[in-house]
Amino acid sequence: MLSEKALELIKELDRSKDGKLPAFNEDIIRKVLEEMNTLFQQNQRDVGEAAAGEIRYFPSIHLRHAALDRNKRCLLAYLYNRLERIRAMRWEFGSILPADIRANLCEPETQWFNRYNKNLASYMRSLGEAGGLDLTQDTKPPKNLYVEVRCLRDYGEWEVEEGDTVVLQKDTTHYLPLAACHHLIRQGVLEQVE
Amino acid sequence: MSAALHYPSYYPSYFSIEDILATNEKVPCKFEKTACDLGFLDPSGGSKDLEVGTKLELPCWLARALASRRQIVSCQLPKTFRERYREILKADAALVDLHTLSPHFYELGQHLLPLAGPEGTTLGLLLVETLRERLRSIMDTSLNTTEDDAGTRQSKLDQLERSLFLTGRKTFRDHQLWLSRRAHIVTTSYMVTQHNKRKFSEVS
Repeated sequence: MLSEKALELIKELDRSKDGKLPAFNEDIIRKVLEEMNTLFQQNQRDVGEAAAGEIRYFPSIHLRHAALDRNKRCLLAYLYNRLERIRAMRWEFGSILPADIRANLCEPETQWFNRYNKNLASYMRSLGEAGGLDLTQDTKPPKNLYVEVRCLRDYGEWEVEEGDTVVLQKDTTHYLPLAACHHLIRQGVLEQVE
Repeated sequence: MSAALHYPSYYPSYFSIEDILATNEKVPCKFEKTACDLGFLDPSGGSKDLEVGTKLELPCWLARALASRRQIVSCQLPKTFRERYREILKADAALVDLHTLSPHFYELGQHLLPLAGPEGTTLGLLLVETLRERLRSIMDTSLNTTEDDAGTRQSKLDQLERSLFLTGRKTFRDHQLWLSRRAHIVTTSYMVTQHNKRKFSEVS
């Protein structure tokens, strides 16, 4: 059946939900484009015939056109949904993606991610009076300025804003300003203790 | 950060994965006009053209495109939406395993409406009544099952019901968190947790 390759792309995205990103499937995309090209060529030829008065070609032209539309929809949906996922990752992982995810991006997607990063950063800098506002901070209304945190893995020496350094060793607890360690909690280095 | 709770596709968007998958379900069709040079679509045919009267299962998107304007094909409803299954659903919709019957039951049903012809009204009513019958127990179980049970409960739901079920569970958990005054606690972001889980399983 026509447009089956294109559906594989969609199925692939559907299978890998929740923060996974399958490798950019250039191979299938090329095959889909080849199929579209063939369909288009055949339609061009038949439209030529039809214009000369051969009405019996109309059904095939119609069918091929529907398949072209479908292929186009699948390809665009594939690209769009991947971008949406990459954007969501910026907010979950922070400005640097883990290496194995980065490896699954294609070149234009990497560029897009870098530009998105830059745009977001300059937008956040432009907010408020005093040099910007970090929107990724305080996703939940904070109760205290300082929180008790426990280290989940060895992270090494880490500098708190005022210049103090703490050694984040596995299973040690610390009392730190939330604003400073928020992103480490989000990234799973620290865990907030109630 | 909680983005949208679920991603409903009952307002079909051009980019919706759900919608694309739903429109791929097969619909029995009969060709009313000969389609030249497309014989390869019918593997049992072997002739060069698709002759008038060829019966073929076409995906819903193609059936809709061909049936609408020039009426190149005429369509029948897939068997899940025909008289016999309608009776089963009418008898007791809550017990039916919709996921095996048709994983995108409601979604596909809506796409079939323009193809159903005189049966359109019955089909429309069937969709609404089925959901109404089943929604109560879906809501009930989504708020009152343990984590282990949730998997088996889910397995009989169609995609739309599943997203309702998961939304119910999420709001229930959030509510519990708020009641125990733990809603302010910052946790590791969801994607990072998932990502780490995978990494550990690869190492071990």
